Amino acid sequence: MTAQALVPREKKIAQKRIALTGNHAVALAVKMCRPEVIAAYPITPQTPVVEKLAEYVNNGELDAEYIPVESEHSAMSASIGASAMGARTFTETSSQGLMHMYENLPIAVGLRLPIVMGVAARTISAPINVWGDYSDVMTMRELGWIIYIVQNAQEAFDTIIQAYRVAEDQRVHLPAVVAYDGFWTSHVLQPLDVPEDEEDVMRFAPITRSWVKLDVDNPLQLGAVGTPEWYWEVRWQAAEALRESLKVVEEVDREFGKWFGRSYGLFHTYRLEDAELAIVTYGSIYGLVKKVVDRLREEGVKAGALRLRVIRPWPGHQLRKALDRVDKVFVIDRAINHGGPLIGPMATEVAATLQRPVYNALATIGMRAIDSDMIYEAALKVAKGLWAPNQTYTIGLRGGYE
Amino acid sequence: MVKTAVKAAEEYEGQYEYATFELPNEELFLPGHGLCAGCTIGVIARHMLKVFGPDTVVVNATGCAEVSTVVYPRTNWAVPWIHVAFGNGGSVASGIEAAIKALKRRGVIDPSRKINVVVFAGDGGTADIGFQALSGMLERGHRVIYVMYDNEGYMNTGIQRSGTTPFGASATTSPAGKVVPGNTRHKKPMAAIAAAHGIPYVATANPAYVHDMVYKFKKAIEVDGPSFIHVLQSCTPGWRFEPKYAIRVLELATETGYWVNYEIENGEFRVTLPVPRRKHVKCFLQLQGRFRHLKPDEIEYIQKVIDRDVEEINRIMGREVIGPVDPSLPCLTERK
Repeated sequence: MTAQALVPREKKIAQKRIALTGNHAVALAVKMCRPEVIAAYPITPQTPVVEKLAEYVNNGELDAEYIPVESEHSAMSASIGASAMGARTFTETSSQGLMHMYENLPIAVGLRLPIVMGVAARTISAPINVWGDYSDVMTMRELGWIIYIVQNAQEAFDTIIQAYRVAEDQRVHLPAVVAYDGFWTSHVLQPLDVPEDEEDVMRFAPITRSWVKLDVDNPLQLGAVGTPEWYWEVRWQAAEALRESLKVVEEVDREFGKWFGRSYGLFHTYRLEDAELAIVTYGSIYGLVKKVVDRLREEGVKAGALRLRVIRPWPGHQLRKALDRVDKVFVIDRAINHGGPLIGPMATEVAATLQRPVYNALATIGMRAIDSDMIYEAALKVAKGLWAPNQTYTIGLRGGYE
Repeated sequence: MVKTAVKAAEEYEGQYEYATFELPNEELFLPGHGLCAGCTIGVIARHMLKVFGPDTVVVNATGCAEVSTVVYPRTNWAVPWIHVAFGNGGSVASGIEAAIKALKRRGVIDPSRKINVVVFAGDGGTADIGFQALSGMLERGHRVIYVMYDNEGYMNTGIQRSGTTPFGASATTSPAGKVVPGNTRHKKPMAAIAAAHGIPYVATANPAYVHDMVYKFKKAIEVDGPSFIHVLQSCTPGWRFEPKYAIRVLELATETGYWVNYEIENGEFRVTLPVPRRKHVKCFLQLQGRFRHLKPDEIEYIQKVIDRDVEEINRIMGREVIGPVDPSLPCLTERK
């Protein structure tokens, strides 16, 4: 209906530094994006997000309908209904909650609804474990959602705002998820910069209403039966929209940088220019990995690092450019690819992208604690040729493959 | 317990009075659907939209109505219509209703405009897989009209039993076998369950009595809060009767006391269609192939259960609104 109203900024917007947990940073970003409907169900470790949003609504700081639904299945269903009606929506979940939503996740894609969802990433049952890894988020890879994995509270805050701009862009109209480490990011107090004038967020990410589907003046049918004559074409459009959204994701990130002074790219690299060994990972452990790179460099190993940030759409071309000349690519995965060609999901995708074997190890599964020494030792084994590509290795598993 | 308290409407004087209102000629449920011959879903949907009008958003759960009315690129609905999944009609409607509220507050939708949100779902999508979403929607008080068309089974997937399949009915997952004579459980009382949520309006309806049904639709859109209408719907392949009996079999459901049309308005219970003398339940059963295997003692058992239910309804009403079985009444009377 309306075009994106982009006001070029002469100077960066005024910001103030505060301290928030990752969860509260997400809640604040959501509040500043002024969603109209929030449908949410609590689950550890994301609960503080939906609690904070309820507080904002009940204190009159956010004018939204807050639906305290009876399950995550209904959280996603209500978000779909509200988004189809034209409202900006938000929901958040983790782990089993995401599993419970599952049926509706591809439906949000097929109906082309720009729902934004946060995920405080947590592992999946059984055994029940409320702690962080990326087992939940990784299951979403085939569904058509835009998937961001962020490193810290600041990036979580910034990426929620970016996600609304991207999802509601009429070239995209797809749901987007912003995932961050359960506990290590969700519950840790971190400093971050936030705009002084909340309206700046709305100026950057105005509600476009370009996706409104249910309109009593222009009735249409949403979610019809797609027979074999029609289904593929409709679904293909969603698949193509996701592929094409990569440039919108980049564009919005660059634009965000101009306004807010921070941009993140599709992935982040560290000392990768002349690296012979690249450690690839995602989420909060990137900080430890960078420390390991410095240590390896001091000891003469030409190491570098890369943090995946946008995993759907997959930035294959860009990753190839960044990693092709690196001798050894070592992917530290934080979710198990049960019975897969490689034990980690991202290693599988990086290997397919580079079209050559990569080194792969699992870490932090069920939030098993690791430190930079453990990553250093693993990376050193790769560097020294003690570990082979295409094999299963683990960091921190008792009796595991080391 | 306050929520579940139901008492007889005091103004009841033996005869229910319907307010008169005109139904528009305009059709919002368009012809050309793929429903079976003799299916009464179309009767329900058509009259529902005549009452609700064009400012209505329909949420359709997966089921017979959905697959036979909206096969891309054609549609039978002249109002905004959405289908998301099987078990979430209640929650999708909750989101739509909340969005309408929020968008009215922000001036995106004209605040003076009354938009009805209706869930149209079968018995599986309501009483079984959709039960949780329905309960959540009712409990949270969304202004949504929930119309459950009850054909007493999973007819869309080929006649499997559901939570509202009656005792004795043969379905593909409760077949009349040598040891087990069909379905062994009684219908889930969905209207009573909905009423237990303490919502403003609950009713049962039967498309054979259109005046009663449309009046209930009218009442439902006028309440401020959730309403639930449980509509019995005859199913030719599932109940196994000749298509010409689609309405006749529904009439027999009411005439035998198998189905009682009532409403619960703000906790007040009222039978809206009194039956002074009942027919024996065999009249209803024998018209349908799904009960053909029942032995006389099984039919008598069903009759006893109905007698007990009728007694309970009369007790709540404080008078005999559903009369005794009169063996002299013929099962099928000639149509005038």
